[in-house]
Amino acid sequence: MQKVQSKCAIELKGITKTFGKVVANDDINLSINRGEILCLLGENGSGKTTLMNMLSGIYQPDGGEIFKDGEPVAIRSPRDAFDLGIGMIHQHYHLVDVFTAAQNIILGLDDGKMDLGAVNEKVKEICDRYGFDIDPKKKVYDMSVSQKQTVEIVKVLYRGAEILILDEPTAVLTPQETDKLFAVLRNMKADNKAIVLITHKLAEVLDVSDKVAILRKGKYIGTVDTKTATAQSLTDMMVGRSVKLNIDRPLYSNPKDKLVIENLTVVDGEGIKKLDSVTFTAKSGEILGVAGIAGSGQKELLESISGLYPIMEGSILFNGDDGSQIELVGKTPMQIRNIGVGMGFVPEDRLGMGLVGSMGMTNNMMLRSWRHGNGMFFNKKAPQALAEKVWDELEVVTPSTEFPVRRMSGGNIQKVLVGREIASKPPVLLTAYAVRGLDINTSYAIYNLLTEQKMSGAAVLYIGEELDVLLELCDRILVLCGGKVSGIVDARNTTKEEIGFMMTTVGGKGGKE
Amino acid sequence: MNALVLLFGAAGAYGTALMFGTLGEILTEKSGNMNLGVEGIMYMGGIFGLIAPNLYEQAVGEGNANPFVAILLAIVAAFAVGALAGALFSFITVTLRANQNVTGLAMATFGTGVAKFAGELRRLQIGGYVTLSNDLKFAFDNKFMPDFLKNIPIVGRIIFNQSEFFYMGIILAIAMHLFLTKTKTGLYLRAVGESPVTADAAGINITKYKYIATMVGGGITAIGGMVYTMTTAGCVWIEASLSGTGWLAVALVIFCTWRPLNAIWSSILFGALMIMYLRIIVPFFPTELYKILPYVVTIIVLVITSMRNIKDKQPPASLGVNYFREER
Repeated sequence: MQKVQSKCAIELKGITKTFGKVVANDDINLSINRGEILCLLGENGSGKTTLMNMLSGIYQPDGGEIFKDGEPVAIRSPRDAFDLGIGMIHQHYHLVDVFTAAQNIILGLDDGKMDLGAVNEKVKEICDRYGFDIDPKKKVYDMSVSQKQTVEIVKVLYRGAEILILDEPTAVLTPQETDKLFAVLRNMKADNKAIVLITHKLAEVLDVSDKVAILRKGKYIGTVDTKTATAQSLTDMMVGRSVKLNIDRPLYSNPKDKLVIENLTVVDGEGIKKLDSVTFTAKSGEILGVAGIAGSGQKELLESISGLYPIMEGSILFNGDDGSQIELVGKTPMQIRNIGVGMGFVPEDRLGMGLVGSMGMTNNMMLRSWRHGNGMFFNKKAPQALAEKVWDELEVVTPSTEFPVRRMSGGNIQKVLVGREIASKPPVLLTAYAVRGLDINTSYAIYNLLTEQKMSGAAVLYIGEELDVLLELCDRILVLCGGKVSGIVDARNTTKEEIGFMMTTVGGKGGKE
Repeated sequence: MNALVLLFGAAGAYGTALMFGTLGEILTEKSGNMNLGVEGIMYMGGIFGLIAPNLYEQAVGEGNANPFVAILLAIVAAFAVGALAGALFSFITVTLRANQNVTGLAMATFGTGVAKFAGELRRLQIGGYVTLSNDLKFAFDNKFMPDFLKNIPIVGRIIFNQSEFFYMGIILAIAMHLFLTKTKTGLYLRAVGESPVTADAAGINITKYKYIATMVGGGITAIGGMVYTMTTAGCVWIEASLSGTGWLAVALVIFCTWRPLNAIWSSILFGALMIMYLRIIVPFFPTELYKILPYVVTIIVLVITSMRNIKDKQPPASLGVNYFREER
């Protein structure tokens, strides 16, 4: 343990890392100070996570040096990182599901025999000190996302970490949980710990950090004091050019009812109503936003419409262009897809659903179109063209369209996924979290694509997380609260506060489960 | 009733071989390595566990052999060959990152071949069956518990009328249970099998744990083969007799839901199911149907555990998956 602590905990000099042909980090210089919260900001694939993985010993730098308290150090493994007091909380939690919190916390420590009683004591002490709340005896598989994250943080603190790195910690948290996390981070800062926060949400950066370091396409752009920064100035540094922060919202001239949903009710495996008498109409030439606290039934709504979720009662009518009405309830997902309801669902695990990791972009595009070929040989020209279009328009960072998507960064994988769904131009397009984890520049490219779809007469259902975006992008917003429709508002004449209120209370009454 | 007691009493012998085979594979699988080569490893344990005391007896002369030394040699020889096979499996899957299923199946074929070759070679060398003197045969299948224990109704026949290996197996199962649940090393090993990323990020040496668990597991599995040759087969090498035991042990690991303590009773149960066709004869009921019983029971257990989706009774989450740190 260091007796005299200098302010600068970690200094990176000329760090470079390449994966095959992709340069993830190019000559990065960065210092991390004690008693400060540093935000690491950058677009997708700008190398933030890679850089931090080198600090935590997951990757080895190909060039450059790391200094701890002025001494050059080599971090060859996660163990070396611990010994230096560096702890990283990954975006995907590193926890063993079937273990208790305490068992997870002591993993890898060799301080004598297993004494879970003493561990529980020490965990409690850490919790009291920073304001956490966890039960050390609870199994991880019984925990909520936020509780799992708490276990991760306590785990690194238990090891005596002085430098904490959090990779997009708020991506999966509710606003309340985020506030709680930030309170804890401020406590740690007061305790003279060095904290690095990787995030995309500018509001959070401005709220919690002291300094902001910006990376762009693997290069270090600079560090600024948060006090002197604004959302606009940070965005400019991040993308390297001024990005228009307004979303175009043209009006479609001839809206028609496209999807009429009445009294839709579904229950989950435990018999809990996930959707309760949901009634609304999605019109062509309109983006209908769906707002709500995470888990209010958004996912179930999309899955019911696309035929993936068993429906208890209610009806979903699809109005064809020729005036015909088709009942979607009872149809298989493939039939619904053929009728023209496309789904651009972006799951939390981008590779788990929808893409084959070892295939390149072209082959992944083909997964949607292989039925269109003639005879026994597939047609590769169309998917190839599509792949190139997505590559070009969404600025996917990849050496070629044949490069395995598994080896791209998370954001780039998502661009491939979303791009493919939108490109199929269905009359009804369902999207959920289409910009989750994407940087501003790419998000706007996707907003534009959605608007393009709307103007060509599609009914777009957009489930989003950021209210600001919903307010700017959508024509109307449907607010869900505990599986019930709390209300449908005109996005042009409403406020964030109004929607926020509707998200927590159905029609003014307490409706939260 | 009496027939059942006799059945389970006799099942202990075959069950002991299964118990070792299963315990070894449980340890291996806890590290996330699915070594399907159990069949081959038990085969090798079966022949080398016999050849070792056979050579020893030849060296000191019949009648001068110390039974304890002979048993020790058999255990050491079987363990060594099993550990070697485990090391080979780890080298191919952990270091070279080859597919575990393919490697395991190759190991099953390879081990069986090596065992048959070694058995045949030894048979030609001594010009007859590879076997031991009667004194040593007795030592290997010594039901040494005192008579008053054996004479306890029901329990005596089943629990106390067994060879020394039966009790070693039970002690091993209990020891393994305590190791996995009460020690840090055991906890870390389970972490490696559940989530190597987590274990790696926690600074646990994945490669070391996988190698050691697979080698020790392979060794224990091989002892199972030795126990079979030395007890059930009467210290005589008969090529075909071990056939299928290894696969049954793989099934048993699933049946036990990866818990060593369950291996004790379930291997006896499976032992009973295996020899039921000899003991309980129902007219017009073909023996082939009896012989598939263990596998039917395994499938039923698989169906039940996956239907109820009990988190604690699932295989190690990363079973059969190779881990490479920089892979994205």
